[in-house]
Amino acid sequence: MSEQPIVFCKGGGCTAKLGPGALSRVLSKLPAFDDPNLLVGFDHSDDAAVYRLSDELAMVQTLDFFPPMVEDPYVFGQIAATNALSDVWAMGGEVKTALNIVCFPEQMDLNILGQILQGGAEKVREAGGVLAGGHSIADADVKYGLSVTGIIHPDRVLQNTTCRPGDALLLSKPLGVGIICTTARVQEASQDALDAAIQSMTTLNKYACECMKNFTVHSCTDVTGFGLLGHLREMLGTDVGAELTTGGIPVIPQALEYADEFLLTAAGQRNRNHMQDHVVWKDVSFAMQEVLFDPQTSGGLLFSIPYNEAEEAMYQLEKLGLACGIIGRVTAEHPGQIVVQGE
Amino acid sequence: MNHMVDARGKQCPIPVVETKKVLAQMNQEDQVTVWVDNEIAVQNLSKMAGQKNLQCESKQLADNHYEVVLAFSPAALNQKAEQAPVAAPKVAVPDKTVVVISSNTMGNGDDVLGASLMKSFLYALTEQDVLPAMILLYNGGAKLSAQQSPALEDLKLLQEQGVEILTCGACLNHYGLTEQLAVGSVTNMYSIVEHMMQATKIIRP
Repeated sequence: MSEQPIVFCKGGGCTAKLGPGALSRVLSKLPAFDDPNLLVGFDHSDDAAVYRLSDELAMVQTLDFFPPMVEDPYVFGQIAATNALSDVWAMGGEVKTALNIVCFPEQMDLNILGQILQGGAEKVREAGGVLAGGHSIADADVKYGLSVTGIIHPDRVLQNTTCRPGDALLLSKPLGVGIICTTARVQEASQDALDAAIQSMTTLNKYACECMKNFTVHSCTDVTGFGLLGHLREMLGTDVGAELTTGGIPVIPQALEYADEFLLTAAGQRNRNHMQDHVVWKDVSFAMQEVLFDPQTSGGLLFSIPYNEAEEAMYQLEKLGLACGIIGRVTAEHPGQIVVQGE
Repeated sequence: MNHMVDARGKQCPIPVVETKKVLAQMNQEDQVTVWVDNEIAVQNLSKMAGQKNLQCESKQLADNHYEVVLAFSPAALNQKAEQAPVAAPKVAVPDKTVVVISSNTMGNGDDVLGASLMKSFLYALTEQDVLPAMILLYNGGAKLSAQQSPALEDLKLLQEQGVEILTCGACLNHYGLTEQLAVGSVTNMYSIVEHMMQATKIIRP
């Protein structure tokens, strides 16, 4: 079994999320709040909450934290912050303030905490936000994240369930970071693979969000713990379906290799269990299936945009430097179902 | 032969990683029995078996205890009945007798008699060939470890011979005896419960 350099990384990131099945049962029992100013609440399973303050201004609020998924505390801080900030851009908003959320063992070296917070603070600054405080508690394991507040015009909120038949689906980051971090945890990942995953996880979705402001975005979400298929299915709702072509889906190549070695997370399997009735596979390899279920820590934005704008949008997104792609299209046929066509 | 992988308490993908190591060195006629503690791990092992065209059977043995048996051929899988172990290896539990004293008196009826009986009980305890691992004192029992207790000498003697003496801190506080604890140390409800749970035998006079 693997030796852990510090008892820091036990398999975290979005692989540590509660399964979608378990979560929806609990959430469905909570009372619904009916405030007309709450434009997006959690009954939407959307990325962040949006609350209208005036006709011109709404507040975007989100919160995300998780255990380490990499050994380097500084990089972990960057990733956790990048991930937490992402939800604001997934709504089309602009980051304003952020608060640290920290769980840290009392007996652990405080320099480690310092590095985590340093990594996080730098990402808040890069996001154009202000780090305004935080809260820490002593806990058995390390966890870090942010509570983020942003702003948005109430009429320009990008909801995650408003894609239209005929739309093209664009993904702004490559898939496979969950599998690669898990493989790294058992010391079987190559440095190249890990570097690619870290580069992707520490890239702010701010740039993709800004880039897409020049296009007609019908719907947007960020791809995180429920994997590409889980988040796409949320986006489709029950009115439209989707067809994906694996050739267009950006993937960090080593993730396919590691999936074939069965270096798979429990969270990925929970996603498969939750989603398998909504997916039709057509000649899709086992490894690619696993990548499509793979929980993504700080994953990319998934956009649904008019087909005729897709190529130009792709061209602009590619300039940001990460693997991205037109992964498929939204269909009026088979609502709620995702057909995946292999090569 | 049957190879054994006990991957309980280990997160995915470690059960799969450990099983793959055994499979790589295993003969065609062997099988590997894998224990895991959750159903998702069973599914990840079954998924690997499906991709590698291995024979695979799984069942639940108990709460949080699942068994997955993998082999290269159906014939190899059939040896399971004789070869697979039937129960978890026994962990030797050291003997831990705990004496729990919840009152400064022993038995119901006359409290003067009860107090005298308790003093005799503790004296008799010091004379035993095998001593308990621990004495837990709570509620009225907390008075026994405080100054002025008639049983103080016996409790000190027991402590000198290795018996751990723990008194409920909240109880001392309740009787205003916090500053007067004269033997052993203070404990709380969590460790009281834990010690009771771990006890092989509990004695309540």
